[in-house]
Amino acid sequence: MEPVLRVRRLRKHYGAGGGLVRAVDDVDLDVAPGEALAVVGPSGCGKSTLLHMLGALDRPDGGRVWLGGERIDRLSETAAARLRRRAIGFVFQAFHLVDELTARENVELPALLAGASPRAARRRAAALLDRVGLADRAGHLPAALSGGQRQRVAVARALVNDPGLLLADEPTGNLDTAAAGDVLRLFAELRAEGRTLVVVTHDARIAAAADRLITMRDGAFVDQTVFAPSGLV
Amino acid sequence: MQDVLLALLAKEPAHGYDLRARLRAALGPLGGDLNDGQVYVTLRRLEKAGLVTARLVGQGDRPDRKVYEPTPAGRERVARWLADVDPAARPAPTDLYLKLVAAASSRLADPVDIVDAQRRELLRRLADVQRAALAEPAGSGPALLLEGAVLRLQADLRWLDACAAHWTDRKK
Repeated sequence: MEPVLRVRRLRKHYGAGGGLVRAVDDVDLDVAPGEALAVVGPSGCGKSTLLHMLGALDRPDGGRVWLGGERIDRLSETAAARLRRRAIGFVFQAFHLVDELTARENVELPALLAGASPRAARRRAAALLDRVGLADRAGHLPAALSGGQRQRVAVARALVNDPGLLLADEPTGNLDTAAAGDVLRLFAELRAEGRTLVVVTHDARIAAAADRLITMRDGAFVDQTVFAPSGLV
Repeated sequence: MQDVLLALLAKEPAHGYDLRARLRAALGPLGGDLNDGQVYVTLRRLEKAGLVTARLVGQGDRPDRKVYEPTPAGRERVARWLADVDPAARPAPTDLYLKLVAAASSRLADPVDIVDAQRRELLRRLADVQRAALAEPAGSGPALLLEGAVLRLQADLRWLDACAAHWTDRKK
């Protein structure tokens, strides 16, 4: 099967000379449709930089990235923004919800920006908030939600345009154990549903909920673990 | 203990006192449990098993001392031990730590590779236990029990990350 995501000799370096940091150093990667991939490694190993390039948030210094067969490593700012809205869902460590908007409005926003009608956006937001167990919190502002609830809203928002790829950067990094457990459960469900998922994480539990795990050190992939096929969840 | 001593000897021949001092230095306060006679008894066993040879080295006015060196069979056994991942997937920290120290000092294996192999096993275990935990209704007794197993595996994995960082820094 054609990979959803194909990466060849991807590279991002910072600084120069003795201070050169090889954040991502010529890595190759294929992510199959429906695969849940976790990337782990110590702080500064380059995993967040990698994720940003996979999501067209950051431009590589070298190498190529294809998403659904389309080159995405040399897009203009506007083309990248359009692609992200249409094809990629993002979940960040710090949630990045809009504080002035309710949970439902936060989830609706990317759908409206992508051209959905207000009615369709509202319907999808309601379904997704129900999906992440927050139907009764739809009218709350982020400040009135717990960390775990905010992250679940962020996951719902990431799914609102039904992207082919979901990218998550330390999704449990700001959460206590119980809230991390809720997010873990949600990711395990998304995996079981066959969502294509790339998660960068320190959290061994999230990592162990993937189909495959890659360990990064100093910008390179140094180890890989393949877990049992996803049908077992 | 036999494997640890063999690995330390694989780096360079040494006498019992040296080995004991090196083990103590590696173990710090935990080395207090190390029985003085244990190193010598183990060395004699290794000699009997044909895994090390000993020769007497004179040192002037003091009594001669025995310097030990691994035999080919001894070296083979060390290599096997270093490559072996604990199938129980949860080795006691001291055992794994000594293996990493031995690997680093003998240069027969990269400690980071050993950590990675061990981590793969622990992650597989964690994936299994977690899958079972997620299948249980939240708040059930079995879920609580599995949570205990998950937390312990997480702690082990965190320690392995610390081990990997320690020996990665030393390589630089």
